[in-house]
Amino acid sequence: MFSLLLVPVLLVNLTRVQVVQAGRYNGNPANQRAVLARYSQPRGDIVVGGSPVTGSRATGGVFDYLRTYTDGPLYAPVTGFSSQTYGNTLLEGVEDGVLSGTDSGLAVHPLLNAITREQVPGGKVLTTINAKAQRAAFAGLGGKRGAVAAIEPATGRILALASTPSYDPGGLAGTGPAVTADWAALTGSATQPMLNRALRQTYPPGSTFKLVTASAGLMNNVYGGIDVPTHSPDPYTPADTTVPITNENAADPCQDATLLVALEVSCNTVYGKLGDDVGEAGMVRMAQAYGFNQTGQTIPVGVSQSVFPTGLTGQAYLALSSIGQYDTAATPLQMAEVGAAIANDGTLMQPQLVSSLTRADGTPVRTFKPRVFGRPVSAPVAAELQQMMVGVVSSPLGTGGNAAIPGVTVGGKTGTAQNGVGNSGTPYAWFVCWAKPSGAAVAPVAVAVVIEDSNADRADVSGGGLAAPVARAVMQAVLNG
Amino acid sequence: MAAAAAVAAPQPGTPTRRTTELLLVVLAVLIAAFGYADVGWAIDGRVPADTAQYGAGLGGLALLAHLAVRLRARYADPLLLPLAVLLNGLGLVVIYRLDRATGTSSAPSQLLWSALGVLLFIVVVLLLRDYRVLQRYAYVFAFCAILLMIVPVFLPAVYGAKIWIKVGPLSFQPGEVAKIALAVFFAAYLASNRDALALTGRRIWLIELPRGRDLGPILVIWLISSGVLFLEQDLGTCLIFFGMFVMMLYVATGRTGWIAVGLLLVGAAIVPVALFEPHVHSRFTDWLDPTRTIAAGQGAGQLAQSLFAFAAGGLLGTGLGQGHSSLIGFAVKSDWILATFGEELGLVGLAALLLVYAVLVVRGYRAGIMLRDPFGRLLSIGLASLLALQVFVVAAGVTDLIPLTGMTMPFLAQGGSSLVTNWMLVALLIRTSDAARRPEPPLSPPPEQPPLDTEGQTQGVPKV
Repeated sequence: MFSLLLVPVLLVNLTRVQVVQAGRYNGNPANQRAVLARYSQPRGDIVVGGSPVTGSRATGGVFDYLRTYTDGPLYAPVTGFSSQTYGNTLLEGVEDGVLSGTDSGLAVHPLLNAITREQVPGGKVLTTINAKAQRAAFAGLGGKRGAVAAIEPATGRILALASTPSYDPGGLAGTGPAVTADWAALTGSATQPMLNRALRQTYPPGSTFKLVTASAGLMNNVYGGIDVPTHSPDPYTPADTTVPITNENAADPCQDATLLVALEVSCNTVYGKLGDDVGEAGMVRMAQAYGFNQTGQTIPVGVSQSVFPTGLTGQAYLALSSIGQYDTAATPLQMAEVGAAIANDGTLMQPQLVSSLTRADGTPVRTFKPRVFGRPVSAPVAAELQQMMVGVVSSPLGTGGNAAIPGVTVGGKTGTAQNGVGNSGTPYAWFVCWAKPSGAAVAPVAVAVVIEDSNADRADVSGGGLAAPVARAVMQAVLNG
Repeated sequence: MAAAAAVAAPQPGTPTRRTTELLLVVLAVLIAAFGYADVGWAIDGRVPADTAQYGAGLGGLALLAHLAVRLRARYADPLLLPLAVLLNGLGLVVIYRLDRATGTSSAPSQLLWSALGVLLFIVVVLLLRDYRVLQRYAYVFAFCAILLMIVPVFLPAVYGAKIWIKVGPLSFQPGEVAKIALAVFFAAYLASNRDALALTGRRIWLIELPRGRDLGPILVIWLISSGVLFLEQDLGTCLIFFGMFVMMLYVATGRTGWIAVGLLLVGAAIVPVALFEPHVHSRFTDWLDPTRTIAAGQGAGQLAQSLFAFAAGGLLGTGLGQGHSSLIGFAVKSDWILATFGEELGLVGLAALLLVYAVLVVRGYRAGIMLRDPFGRLLSIGLASLLALQVFVVAAGVTDLIPLTGMTMPFLAQGGSSLVTNWMLVALLIRTSDAARRPEPPLSPPPEQPPLDTEGQTQGVPKV
């Protein structure tokens, strides 16, 4: 009978809907099933130093569970937020598959799971963060606007990632008017509390960039050593301009200064001229060896691109770029990488925020080993740079005395980056450093600090004054274990 | 009466299959009870406390029905009742499951309606000793059918369609019952006129077309069903009435020309309504692009949600109680109940369900084919077609094969009028199959056949 043909017709159509086009329907953004499934079980935790910094709470609502955070503002630059309304960011976003249990690597019996459709419990993300360093960074920044990035030079493990002002991601978990109000307040705030300044904001690095310029000069052996007079005038006027480059203080001993002394007192004239002497190609090559101009960097969270300009139209611009001004821009993490590479005898390790991913029961499914990013400078040059940085902290003329720790070798570099049109904005205070206990083979920590404090008096803003104490606190936290 | 006595005495060795029926009924009740327990297990982690009562309720009803059949229709097809019990039981399971998701409590009332349906089933099986009696009242049935369909037109529309009679908390869909009445009328009318319809007419190209004057009654039916469509905006009923009629016409005459005429007429009725009537028009646009509202930023419409549910089920389903078909929202227990079935039992479960319906339909056809009297033959085939068409129209509608019609899945969906109607439909098939399988008297046919099954006698007998 004709009507019995209807059965195969229906079955063919059902196969179309349930098998052939199922993926398309399942993936439709208007299909809430994925979201419902995601929140039908507790989310896996993000772990710092063995303790979870996240949690899950049963709601009794449409979504069974929502995210909670212990010390939300402290770890927000690491965890990001997990919101039923606004999605997931940072580690919550990048490692969402593991945390929500959908990552294929989590299932113990993938085929069996595919058939039974039993939900796999969310896995854990173990971070490289050192809780004490993280707290020290936040405490040091206090109410000021700024960021800290700290790295273990030998491995690239990120020890601290702070950004202030911060926010509590717990306020964004879930749905409803409280969440939307919180979101509106956070996104509307002039201080941008949700901006991850350590990873996602670039600043002119100012004098801290002289570390890169010094690296280029030494690798190219432009002046024959760190103790050789550089034959540089004070002020220095590049060949294609009439505007001279001056130093912060005219009394600084910058004329014909050695590279060592010029770094200690932070001579713009010497390092601007050095950049011109190295040439654009050499400067760009060195900056890129340290990680500048790198697109799509992930740790695995995405990091904004730090920039050293290419295709400069003249020596004046190259000189300015070489002292961290003009179009040079760096994230705090990038400057921490510069410090870490120097401290690690010239080898730059890939920065990593995640040490391993595990199942809910703790069985590792992926462990991250240290990886080399590159060797921007040779070991002897790294040693010279270390010596110069130690001078910045310990020499009587040095600008970084505030970072000194008794009984520990500390190398640093201050920076006071001019900001705004015609330097109208308040400068950014920078400090890049590392610390090595006596007898240690390699420094266990490198730190970059930036403070953008619009409330400070112009004269008080300096890397040594504002940023170095913060960096010192972070280094001490790591050293004291 | 000698003839009756002869008929009542079976030939030795002719099986009645009543024990088979009993075993299958028990199996059907067990399957449904297991499903009920499974829903509770999946949602609460334990078997619902009332599983035993629920199973006993359904089982008791099924046993009563079985006893009625055993008593008064002992040669009836042994598959009909178990399949109906199975479908009714599965419907209760899915409604209970959706109750749990939506926080309502519809399963108990559905069980009450099931009881009423089974009661009517028993009444029909017990009281309607010979289905041929119905033929006498053909025009009464036609009149009742039209009346039932027309009354809601004068009542306010419910959910966008004027197909309901609402009295207090109770709502009743008279069109459901009208379907059976019309099937009876069609069978009687066609049994009387099939020769004229089959043998006259002329051949145009490859198809033989009927004579103009034979077309008259068919046009009347077409006008009525189109009228229903226009006035009540009920696309499904229109399709089913007309489809059933065309199928019975084809069976009565064996002429393919009728199918061509039928399709043309259906098209002529539907196209203008689809274009200009907003309620039906929106169903057509949804059919053409189910995700239209998503693109417009209004979220997923019911059809899109239904497709999401089917897709989520995939091959094996999520398991009873573990889907999210309640996202479909309104009418998820009636019009869209198949989506829950599809999501939680998957393509495999749906295929099994469709086969259950198919077997039920085939058994109806089989009874029709075995019967020698034209009325019984057409009635069985008409009723089976009714079931087949409704299953198809609903299943194809919720899976975006054809435009949505707003009808309910027989036995499965929530809704008293539909459930009661379908139990009566099965009762009539029990009667016809009983007649079909009843063995011949041992000797020559009885001298006096009741005059009802011979042609001409009933032609145009409006005993109103």
